[in-house]
Amino acid sequence: MMAGVVAILLILASVSAPLIAPSNPLDLASFNLADSEIPPVWAEGGDKRFLLGTDNQGRDMLSAILYGARVSILIGGGAVLLAALIGVCLGLLAGYLGGRTDAVIMRIGDIILSFPTILLALLVAGMARAVFPEAGNPRYVPFVLISAIAIHDWVQYARTVRAAAMVEGAKDYVKAARVIGLPPLRIMFRHILPNVMSPVLVIATINLAGAVLTEATLSFLGVGMPPTYPSLGTLIRIGNEFVFSGIWWIALFPALALVILVLAVNVIGDWLRDRFNPKLRVRQ
Amino acid sequence: MAMVRMMGLAVAGLLAIAAGAAEAKTLRWSSQGDIATMDPYAHTESFTSNMHHHIYDPLVRRNRDLQIEPALATSWRIVEPNRWRFTLRQGVKFHNGNPFTADDVVASITRLIHPGARARGNLSNVTAAEKVDDFTVDFVLTGPYPLLLNDLSGIFIMNKAWLEANNAVIPGNTTTGVTTFASTNANGTGPFVLETYQPDNRTIMNVNPNWWDKPAHNLTRIEFRPIRSDATRVAALLSGEIDMMAPAPLQDLVRIGAADGFKVIEEPSLRLIFLGLNHRAELQGDPGKPNPMKDKRVRQALWHAVDLDTIQRRVMRGKSRTVGTMVAPPIPGYSADLDKPLAFNVDQAKKLLADAGYPNGFKTKLDCSNDRYIADEQTCVAIAAMWTRAGIQVDLKTQSRTTYFPLVDKGESDVYILGWATLPPMDGYSVASALLHSKTGSLGGNNPNGLSDSRLDDLTRRSAVELDEPKRRAMLTEALKIVRDEAYFIPLHQQPVAWAMKKTIEVPVFADEYVRLWFAQVN
Repeated sequence: MMAGVVAILLILASVSAPLIAPSNPLDLASFNLADSEIPPVWAEGGDKRFLLGTDNQGRDMLSAILYGARVSILIGGGAVLLAALIGVCLGLLAGYLGGRTDAVIMRIGDIILSFPTILLALLVAGMARAVFPEAGNPRYVPFVLISAIAIHDWVQYARTVRAAAMVEGAKDYVKAARVIGLPPLRIMFRHILPNVMSPVLVIATINLAGAVLTEATLSFLGVGMPPTYPSLGTLIRIGNEFVFSGIWWIALFPALALVILVLAVNVIGDWLRDRFNPKLRVRQ
Repeated sequence: MAMVRMMGLAVAGLLAIAAGAAEAKTLRWSSQGDIATMDPYAHTESFTSNMHHHIYDPLVRRNRDLQIEPALATSWRIVEPNRWRFTLRQGVKFHNGNPFTADDVVASITRLIHPGARARGNLSNVTAAEKVDDFTVDFVLTGPYPLLLNDLSGIFIMNKAWLEANNAVIPGNTTTGVTTFASTNANGTGPFVLETYQPDNRTIMNVNPNWWDKPAHNLTRIEFRPIRSDATRVAALLSGEIDMMAPAPLQDLVRIGAADGFKVIEEPSLRLIFLGLNHRAELQGDPGKPNPMKDKRVRQALWHAVDLDTIQRRVMRGKSRTVGTMVAPPIPGYSADLDKPLAFNVDQAKKLLADAGYPNGFKTKLDCSNDRYIADEQTCVAIAAMWTRAGIQVDLKTQSRTTYFPLVDKGESDVYILGWATLPPMDGYSVASALLHSKTGSLGGNNPNGLSDSRLDDLTRRSAVELDEPKRRAMLTEALKIVRDEAYFIPLHQQPVAWAMKKTIEVPVFADEYVRLWFAQVN
């Protein structure tokens, strides 16, 4: 319950960042280099204008975190949607049609799963830059990141949906549908899909946390969002340059925001999993 | 593989015993970025040249006081105004055992002045090298030229037979992307032998036991690793993973200096950082419209809008010196009268923009490296913010030097950050010939964006053949005055050299930022 409230608050806060943030960190005219590296308001030398202090360019950390969380959630959410879309379609095809289609799709999935998430995402993000020079443009980076993360994550959905679809496919209502001559696509999407959606929801929630983390890692490694359009990961990367010089707040607050966000989403995911699992519900 | 390595170790062990069991002294050091290539003629980046200098020797080199002294050439004289005769050192061997002769010098110079060589401009006044006998070479020049030795101190000599055997006679070029065997391998005559070069990972060199000169260092091995992140580099030093870093991040100097067993060395560098501008018909950031930066008032407005003092205080932490010209005080051509930046004044900037017909500003790209100069990314973000406040829409992009410099070289930028230390000649002529002269032939090699001023062309050409030193300097100063009056470039600051290392390491710091490990002592 608590986690749900925290997650919803965080997501609301970041989505409405333009309304509640003290300043707009994306507007280069809104901050002043003369205000750089001011500590948080409760520390010595703090400034009332900057609740969580400022970064090395004089940007307000609180605003930067709100806007950064927005970028992170947007990319994480986008990646989950894309991965779910691909994964559900391919999983249904594999589970319902079986045979060679099943083998091909699942082997491709196996190959992709044998790469670590970060490695594959780095590969895609790096290759995108080599193939389309414009991929480094802040406008296109989110799409590159979304595809880089989704290309790994769809396999989980496909596996789950395939297993469920195989079970459902043997049931009488599907057989009946086949007997009255419905086309396979209609059977898959109108009859089987609604019955396999609950595990997909659970995976999507848990994956959202993973996708946000992957995005943060990519940005931390420098292939993600650029410093003028920072996500939480970019903010942590910038702050990391200063951890040895005693300017701790530039790295700490975005990192804390990331931890809380991921933790809250994970707890919700766990709760959903328990909800949708009848066996666990009975035991409680 | 393991077997081969074991045997290699065994052989190395035997050699060490044979050499009187000299103690192994390894120096592990790091910088913020990697070298661009192993091919000395494929680039014009001084950090890369710096690294090559450990493996390759030039004909003449800089000593501890940065004065020129004989290296592979032992003496020279001017036979005719446009013909210099060099006598070469005898008994020198390349790392693979090939003897060094006049053929190697001729092959090297021919390879360097090949039109495809990126470093062609580093020897712009030489048209040919001619062999006289096995240890005498003539350099043919376009005319009388006072800076030939300065230029040659940065030209490394390669081995003819090795180039031919490995099909690397045609030079590489980091701008056009041409690579050869020599881009990843090296065979020089220098104090260290290249063992491994893994781009973006590590470069390892071992001492050359057959070096022609008596070593002033006591190293047996150098391991170089580029570490881009400041914090990681500092952590690597403090944890003992590396012994030295150059440069050290300004925000961490206090922290490192206070740590037990470490020291920080600071000195003003010869390197000035400035912004280059697009002088062509259109801007990359706003194609299809006339380029506002053709107007002197717009260029001055850009300059007026940069708050150099705040950058000096905040980004450079008071360690840099704001400048108004393009060369450092010790460099011939410098004039203190020119070394005053335009005052920071946003209203003045807006007024100039309005006068020029851009009351609402204009759109431009700003490109920056993030691992080449001290705090380059921070400087650029700060400038982007300052210009935005003056009403200019800035599209800022920062990237690693390995992709950044080819982009700038191809002229695909509107405003770009560039540092220039006038290397290798250490003379104002380096700025004039590479940056100010129109891009024609071997001149204007670092003038990719169409700067063309007949007065600058004329001064560059005349100063190249002027043998009267005061007159020559006056010409260079005049060229720099035109640059300032016209605001062709926006000078930012003279950056400091700040190195951090273990207390047990003695290495002289040079104003040209070269890390000369052949002077290093590890105790």
